[in-house]
Amino acid sequence: MANKRIDEATGVETVGHSWDGIEELNNPLPRWWLWTLYATIIFSIGYVIVYPAIPMVNKATEGLWGWSSRGQLAKEMKAEEQRRAGTVAALAATPIEQLASKPDLMRAAIDGGRAAFRVNCVQCHGSGAAGSTGYPNLRDDDWLWGGNIKEIETTLINGIRHPGNDATRQSLMPSFGKDGILPPADLAAVTDHVLSLTGKSTANARGAQLFADNCATCHGPDGKGLRQFGAPNLADAIWLYGGKREQVEASIYKARAGVMPAWTKTLDPVTIKMLAAYVHSLGGGEDFVAAPAATPAAAAAATPATGEANAQP
Amino acid sequence: MRSPEPAGQVYYEKRKAVFPKVVDGPFRRFKWLMLVVTLTIYYATPWLRWDRGPYAPDQAVLVDLANRRFYMFSIEIWPHEFYFVAGLLIMAGIGLFLITSAFGRAWCGYSCPQTIWTDLFQHVDRLIDGDRNAQLKLEAGPWNATKVFKRGVKWSIYLAISFWTGGAWIMYFADAPTLTVDFWTGQAVPVAYATVAVLTATTFIFGGLMREQVCIYMCPWPRIQTAMLDEKSLIVTYKDWRGEQRGSVKAKEREPDLIGDCVDCNQCVAVCPTGYDIRNGPDIACITCGLCIDACDKVMDQLGRTRGLIDYATLEDCEHERAGGERRSILKTALNWRTLAYSGVWAAIGVALLFALGTRQRIDLSVAKDRNPPFMLLSNGEVRNDYTLKLRNMEARPRPMSVTLEGLPGAAMWTDEMGRERASRELQLTVAADQTKPVRVYVVAPEGTEEDEFSFVLAARDREAGGDRVETRFDAPDEEEEDE
Repeated sequence: MANKRIDEATGVETVGHSWDGIEELNNPLPRWWLWTLYATIIFSIGYVIVYPAIPMVNKATEGLWGWSSRGQLAKEMKAEEQRRAGTVAALAATPIEQLASKPDLMRAAIDGGRAAFRVNCVQCHGSGAAGSTGYPNLRDDDWLWGGNIKEIETTLINGIRHPGNDATRQSLMPSFGKDGILPPADLAAVTDHVLSLTGKSTANARGAQLFADNCATCHGPDGKGLRQFGAPNLADAIWLYGGKREQVEASIYKARAGVMPAWTKTLDPVTIKMLAAYVHSLGGGEDFVAAPAATPAAAAAATPATGEANAQP
Repeated sequence: MRSPEPAGQVYYEKRKAVFPKVVDGPFRRFKWLMLVVTLTIYYATPWLRWDRGPYAPDQAVLVDLANRRFYMFSIEIWPHEFYFVAGLLIMAGIGLFLITSAFGRAWCGYSCPQTIWTDLFQHVDRLIDGDRNAQLKLEAGPWNATKVFKRGVKWSIYLAISFWTGGAWIMYFADAPTLTVDFWTGQAVPVAYATVAVLTATTFIFGGLMREQVCIYMCPWPRIQTAMLDEKSLIVTYKDWRGEQRGSVKAKEREPDLIGDCVDCNQCVAVCPTGYDIRNGPDIACITCGLCIDACDKVMDQLGRTRGLIDYATLEDCEHERAGGERRSILKTALNWRTLAYSGVWAAIGVALLFALGTRQRIDLSVAKDRNPPFMLLSNGEVRNDYTLKLRNMEARPRPMSVTLEGLPGAAMWTDEMGRERASRELQLTVAADQTKPVRVYVVAPEGTEEDEFSFVLAARDREAGGDRVETRFDAPDEEEEDE
């Protein structure tokens, strides 16, 4: 630090070093800049003390305030839960068939159902709820087990052919071909009869007789299905497993039995209610009619084909 | 910290406070007029009422950010019509160019808020402290009881004006009478208090303390203007060829050929609100308010000399006059081709906006088709497509409307409210005042319908007609793949 001197050209003192005759003027940093630097240092000390900062072997220091991003998320989730508590309680207290009389609650239920559907249902039914081969389209007017909001909820709660659940929607079609119940020629005749219901094939007496003997119990004498057995309407345009001749024949040969989980084991009742409201809102939902009792007559009256039969005037 | 400046040389000059002297004359009177008119517009506008019926606020000018509406007398603007505001802003920008082209820095001199509030605060100075000499004396004097009292009163008035200014601003964004009550009872939104606080501070600091420094050091507009001015632009200028060499009346009597008209009385500097000496030539510090002209003309009158030693003229005209020509009229300067071009553009935008305003539709339809799935096969073989329609009613009253299908033979539609059994080709709906109504619409077409284009047609069902038409598509299964 020996050779400090005043530079003549600028009038500023040098720092005193000389490298090959090159010297540096001693122009200190502006004071505001230094103060800013000191302020950030002081801030960082406080930050290290109160927030998680220093990485240790297994985890970082926790900090005096005990903040963590997980903790913050939990707090926000809890706040959100509290915010929704009123709606959830109201939903829990409202029987699903009465939802329609509470438009605000219905709207909330549909919104919640939309979110739950994305998590639980899209894997099979698709993000647009349009289904695919073997997985029903939930937007059309064809319902295997009933399309009013109460029936949808029941289906969701108990599932379809869910193993180990006594209340589940249960029905079983025999594998007419595979188990040798009908010989191949009869199989073809029944297939022709079934296709003739929608005009895709010509009617034949043998097929009609076989249908009446083997199929009409569940599918009805005219093939229009019966919802109490989840037996599909064979006289409409919708085919869950395809409506081509070989597809229909394959269904009769080896039978079909789709499965849906009983959601009551996975989801809480309010979420199921919301899912039912959402599915019902997709355009195919049928109006709920308070039946005097679930008599077979009432069930039979609920013709499966369209929603119009069930609609209230 | 040491500055790199060589010893003895200072690059920063401390502000010399400006204490402009009272002056009277045509320019000062025009400045008074502008002061009163602009401040009245600013403070009073939010209190004007305008009846729009029961469904809309009755404030004449209201920027309703909460509900996303902008009201200006009979005009109501929705967010998607913001181009009207953008157009007005463009017109304001071009208007600045136009004024500059026609009259030089007239914006700076008479209507810039900085100028207006500085002028207002300088009047407060005179009211409390007296004219220039008294102010200078008080400034130089010791902090005795009088000075403390006067400063206290003056700054309190500054603060009151500033607060009033900040308070008037927020009135444009909510119903003024309601907000006033809410503000004083502590019920207004926090942003209202923050805005008032910020604007009170900026008014106090810019108008009360910084004043001409804002124009000289901070504002970009003088810099832009200097690029826009040339020898054909009107400026306030000192005719040095006539004024120099300065000398007293007696000196001029002694040497009439050497001594000019300027008697170096310094009145032009004393009245200048930015403290500039115009005799040094055109400068950013000159805001072209013309008060020095008022001051100088008065002196020239007293001395019996020709007015206009300091003049509002173009440099070209000054040269013309110097060469012995007649003094030219200001109007002739204002009507140059540049001014006409700016006027043309300005007027064209204005006419376009008015045309758009006159022909705009007040109801609107938008259609979003469900694409997942694109169509649904119904059990009886019919095909259904789902749509979300948004019906927009931009009038401040409920309006009945109808939506009809155009094309797609045999099709019908229904909504959740109607139910399938009442499906038809026409929906009748009422959209609440000033609302957008979303409606889920299910359109069903007979078996065998192929994919097709069709339109939803919206029509108002009240006396004031109007409508909209949106073409969209109808998806259907391919014949061959029907079964998949």
